Amino acid sequence: MLETFWILLLFPLVGAAINGIFGKRFSPGLIATIGCGSVFISFAIALLTFFELLGLAPADRAVTNHLFTWIESGNFVANASFLFDPLSGVMILVVTGVGFLIHLYSVEYMRGETGYYRFFAYLNLFIFMMSTLVLADNYLLMFVGWEGVGLCSYLLIGYYFETRVAGDAAKKAFIVNRIGDFGFLLGMFLIFQTFGTLEYHSLFSTVAERFPAPEIGFGVLSGITLLLFLGATGKSAQIPLYVWLPDAMAGPTPVSALIHAATMVTAGVYMIARSATLYSRAPESMLIVAVIGIVTALVAALIAIAQRDIKKVLAYSTVSQLGYMFLAVGVGAWASGIFHLYTHAFFKALLFLGSGSVILAMHHEQDMLKMGGLKKYLPITWATMGVATLAIAGIPPFAGFFSKDEILWNSLVSGHGHLLLWVAGVLVAALTAFYMARLMYLTFYGKERFSHESHGHHDDHDHHHSGPPKEPSLFVTLPLMILGVLSAIAGLVGLPAWLGDNRFEHFLEPVFHYAYTGDGHQGEHSHSLEIGLTVVIVTLALISIFLAYRFFVKNPAIPERIAERFAGIHKLLWNKFYVDEVYDALIVWPIERISRFVLWKGIDVGIIDGAVNGVASLMQGWSNRVKRLQSGYARAYASWILFGAVLIFLYYYLAN
Amino acid sequence: MNSLDFQMLNYSALSPEIILSVAGILLMLLIPFVKREKQAKLGYLSLVGIAAAMVAVIAQWGQSDLTFFDMVFQDNFANFAKLLFLFAVAAIIATSIQYLERDSLYKAEYFSLLLFATVGMCLMAASADLIMTFLGIEILSIATYVLAGYRLGEQKSTESAVKYFLLGAFSTGFLLYGIAFIYGATGSTKYLEIAQSLGNQTEYPVYLLIGLGLIFVGFGFKAALAPFHVWTPDVYEGAPIPITAHLAVASKAAALIALLRILFQVVPSISSGWVELLWISAVLTMLVGNIAALTQSNIKRMLAYSSIAHAGYLLVGLAANNDFGAQGVLFYLLAYAFMNLGAFAIIQIIGRQNEETVEIKDYAGVGFQHPFLGLALSVFLVSLAGIPLTAGFTGKLFLFSAAVQSGMYWLVVIAVIASAIGIYYYLRVLIYMYMRDAEGEIKPVDRLSMATRIVIVVMVLGTIYLGILPGSILKLASEAINF
Repeated sequence: MLETFWILLLFPLVGAAINGIFGKRFSPGLIATIGCGSVFISFAIALLTFFELLGLAPADRAVTNHLFTWIESGNFVANASFLFDPLSGVMILVVTGVGFLIHLYSVEYMRGETGYYRFFAYLNLFIFMMSTLVLADNYLLMFVGWEGVGLCSYLLIGYYFETRVAGDAAKKAFIVNRIGDFGFLLGMFLIFQTFGTLEYHSLFSTVAERFPAPEIGFGVLSGITLLLFLGATGKSAQIPLYVWLPDAMAGPTPVSALIHAATMVTAGVYMIARSATLYSRAPESMLIVAVIGIVTALVAALIAIAQRDIKKVLAYSTVSQLGYMFLAVGVGAWASGIFHLYTHAFFKALLFLGSGSVILAMHHEQDMLKMGGLKKYLPITWATMGVATLAIAGIPPFAGFFSKDEILWNSLVSGHGHLLLWVAGVLVAALTAFYMARLMYLTFYGKERFSHESHGHHDDHDHHHSGPPKEPSLFVTLPLMILGVLSAIAGLVGLPAWLGDNRFEHFLEPVFHYAYTGDGHQGEHSHSLEIGLTVVIVTLALISIFLAYRFFVKNPAIPERIAERFAGIHKLLWNKFYVDEVYDALIVWPIERISRFVLWKGIDVGIIDGAVNGVASLMQGWSNRVKRLQSGYARAYASWILFGAVLIFLYYYLAN
Repeated sequence: MNSLDFQMLNYSALSPEIILSVAGILLMLLIPFVKREKQAKLGYLSLVGIAAAMVAVIAQWGQSDLTFFDMVFQDNFANFAKLLFLFAVAAIIATSIQYLERDSLYKAEYFSLLLFATVGMCLMAASADLIMTFLGIEILSIATYVLAGYRLGEQKSTESAVKYFLLGAFSTGFLLYGIAFIYGATGSTKYLEIAQSLGNQTEYPVYLLIGLGLIFVGFGFKAALAPFHVWTPDVYEGAPIPITAHLAVASKAAALIALLRILFQVVPSISSGWVELLWISAVLTMLVGNIAALTQSNIKRMLAYSSIAHAGYLLVGLAANNDFGAQGVLFYLLAYAFMNLGAFAIIQIIGRQNEETVEIKDYAGVGFQHPFLGLALSVFLVSLAGIPLTAGFTGKLFLFSAAVQSGMYWLVVIAVIASAIGIYYYLRVLIYMYMRDAEGEIKPVDRLSMATRIVIVVMVLGTIYLGILPGSILKLASEAINF
């Protein structure tokens, strides 16, 4: 399959086309078969290719499929070529594997929604775009996928378009992402201008040649990497551009799981790991990446503690965990960042899908304070989410433990690491364990805080019968169980040094061949230190879980008292530090005003049409139009032209 | 070649213009013999004229000459431009037939005027003399002044025509004034002679610079560059939709192509004095176009501001002032023609009789009601927004990277910001089409005529083709800029 692995891209594309064009006439069963089947075939091809890749010698593990020359103009060349190497291999397995499970889950979850076919078409299209993003062998093609996943995300967030919230969230996601894409584009221009190519291999070898050592001070590499990082903050929801992700939860839950947890939002981490050659030579950018990462992780974890909406908690948790990944790549632990990306994909997808199962059972109620005691009704959901919670909380031997442990260890001992980064990282780990335990306790334990008769008021979802909550069908629970197993064991491929061999890291090593590694490795640290720190972290996580138990199960009055005592802080957290409001006041509002009042009503209607009847003339229609015509408004236009001409005249006259 | 020997003229250089003129006159002569209700069908005849002119252009591809008393170039640049114009006008004619029949505008002079306008545009592209350029602009303008007012009895349309005429005449004054300045400074109006008289000087007479600045006003008016764009929204809104498409695509392209030739052939050595002007105008044009488009509620007005914004992107390519930029401009003009002509063809159909439904809110639910139109319009809007795999993206990529090559980083930063703003209003239409329910019933639209359907399909395919395989057109463009 190595020579033709690119065909895996075709299946989701064809699936999207068939469902998108003809799906209206298909039965739900056929739609689901096409949607899931196409992704499954992709996954199978990816898996076959992956095993073939494993059969090669480590140095040869980078295979390119060249399809055609996309753009060729002078010295500007961009190919439609795809690269399969350990990094893109891991990514494509996550994308198609987790993607397939979520497709399967959607069969049941989305049943009965209007536009079932549309949903699967968008979802397939997303898989195609995401695969393009991770398999591209140059930045321009990566950008195609980058924009494409953004577009799909936009369409899927706005899927429940009857609700205004969804439409607004979709718009917000798109606008914020544009700011990020702007950075990506400029970064790309700067790469091409400086190195004359956008193709990974030739670019990285050129960079390694021209920059044998990291650049000192702020140079072109710092510029490139910071611009690319701006792109990453948009796509991966980091400070200052994280605001769109929590709102994006207005989309259907499978979408949240696939796009806004497991795959698309990790694209920024992937991109930086891919660009390790560039980043490793721009130490200042690395520091910024690491600091932004850890600060985001901390802020988002704090916000998550005070949220009541189950999906909002998970959304902020995602932002926080992404912050961890950026911390990892920011300290040069590329493989650890990708490792966490990979384990996170399983447990966070599982948490979202589990929350979807809860939401289904609660008839679209998302407020955790109106749940409680669901354990006996939803045993499978409870058990699988429990595994995921232990994984994200970093309890051994679940998957998250190994990846988080790697990141924290590296944040302390790597050449770019620092004690402060580690301390903050440990704090985030404790907070994570706390808010996740809170989520589990509020949802599954304690008193039932809902009534059995009617929950929510979604008349259009009448296919979910009222009555006691009950576990959905196998379509929903099977993905949960598979992801549960993966969340439990996926970390074992990357054991810490004191337990054995980190095979994951060794596997990825060839990808970072050109990355600058400093003067040999950092000094060896004793295993006892590493073990000691691990014990500290795990103990803190356990204490956090215990505290959450005390607060939310044993004595529910405590959190209320705390919230009252520290009302200010609670309000700040509940309102997410007011970031949305600040952005609105500083950016959105002024642009809108300029457009509406200065450029349109001001110049068009105000100055030109005469300020007096400006607005009115727009409304009053024809009679005023005639008046405008007769009273010579064209003269006002003419004066603009004259004004411009005079400026040009003066400019040249005075300049000489 | 200075003697008036008409035998020696290279008629092949002007064969397309001659064919178009003859076709236009023949069409007028035929009108009395055709029933009023059938007159719109004469449009098909004008398409034959266009096709013949296209053949005449292709036949002379690769030849190069300076003829008609050094007034006209025969070169690939002119050929490329002429093909572009002919293609655009063919699409406009093809969609106009249905438009005229639906709105009972039985006046076949319409097609003659379009052909004459095309003659003017072709002369602008081929001109080797400022006077010839001026004539080309005037031929184009007079025809389009009339066409803008073609919705007889509609005050909006009349207003559009009168405004366009008054302001057009006004700006032409600047153009002539500028030509006079240049003549005064260099003693000639011929492109090559002006360039020769400048030689390798580094200091230029201020009159020359002022003259260049003033002719920029004239071109800036035609191409709707800020601050000479102010007429655009009113005129575009009032004109019949196919004519709006013509103004936004074809006549804008003609002005930019004439400007491009002057930039490369008349004043290559002092282009630095120009570049600042182009730079400033590009920034203004992009920002004004994109920001003002944000709050428009009428789709014609929105596309008017959008076309201003796109003129700004094209100016970025001009300001780059290198071969890559010139190629990019030619490429983008074609890309822009595909996506904009397609978009206009669709809003014309959705607009219904007498352009009843041209508000953006009228597009609520259209995507599901008319899947073909909705999907096609989505492709055009996504391309206008500059999303990858469409012509709009590759085109912008070429323009902006040309500016990067010239070291104009700030210009590119502003351009990228401006186009990021732009995405918002294009996608707003998409939201309405697919994510809002119509207030009340969506009114049915006419059945698409075969011609309109072909136009839409061709434009969709072109938009995607240039997005995925831009190579062949880019190669043509690079052949075209070998002056």
